[in-house]
Amino acid sequence: MRLLYFAWVRERVGKTDEDISPPADVRTVAELMEWLAGRGEEYAYAFENRKVIRAAIDRNHVRPDTAIAGAREIAFFPPMTGG
Amino acid sequence: MNATIRLQREDFDAAAESAKLSRGRTDIGALVTFTGICRDNESGHGVAAMTLEHYPGMAEEEITRHVKDAQARWPLMGVTVIHRYGRMTPGDNIVLVVTASAHREAAFEAANYLMDFLKTKAPFWKLEERPDGKNWVDAKSADDEAAQRWRT
Repeated sequence: MRLLYFAWVRERVGKTDEDISPPADVRTVAELMEWLAGRGEEYAYAFENRKVIRAAIDRNHVRPDTAIAGAREIAFFPPMTGG
Repeated sequence: MNATIRLQREDFDAAAESAKLSRGRTDIGALVTFTGICRDNESGHGVAAMTLEHYPGMAEEEITRHVKDAQARWPLMGVTVIHRYGRMTPGDNIVLVVTASAHREAAFEAANYLMDFLKTKAPFWKLEERPDGKNWVDAKSADDEAAQRWRT
């Protein structure tokens, strides 16, 4: 699946997007964030405060307990500040 | 219904967009135009410029979802939403919402509703340039509360 990062999540991870294959026991958005946080210093920093990070699966807002099975594109970003 | 949704780097002309929505029609009795503009001050500190980042694809889809919601809630005859991205300096336009209806309540309320959702649900992020450096703008709880009031 493809991951996209925006705003300060993007800055901390140090990339705009990447393709990943998480292990099968990573089932939800929250578990994916936890797994990502263990991938290195930059990820640990980006995902240190996971409660504030929002996610979208295939361009729809989702909650942390949403299953990631079948997702093509998962985006992580801070709360939105448009308008 | 006539709906225009655009994301663009370039500036927009609020008066021209508004005129476009009502041109040639005699059934529209109310036209509300809201323009959000880049300010030089935020909570007491100076802002020299602001860069708006967005999630291409999702931003259009999310705005379209809320325009459809607005059409379902109010008898609208036209809606235009334009949101800019990129770097803006104080005085520059950021966002435009135009709503047209037969009566003012629907036009005012739909414009208000769309702005509340653009602030809290549309995937845009503001990076401010302050005298002490760059800073990602924090989401405001007042904006979340404003969006909550439409949940019925």
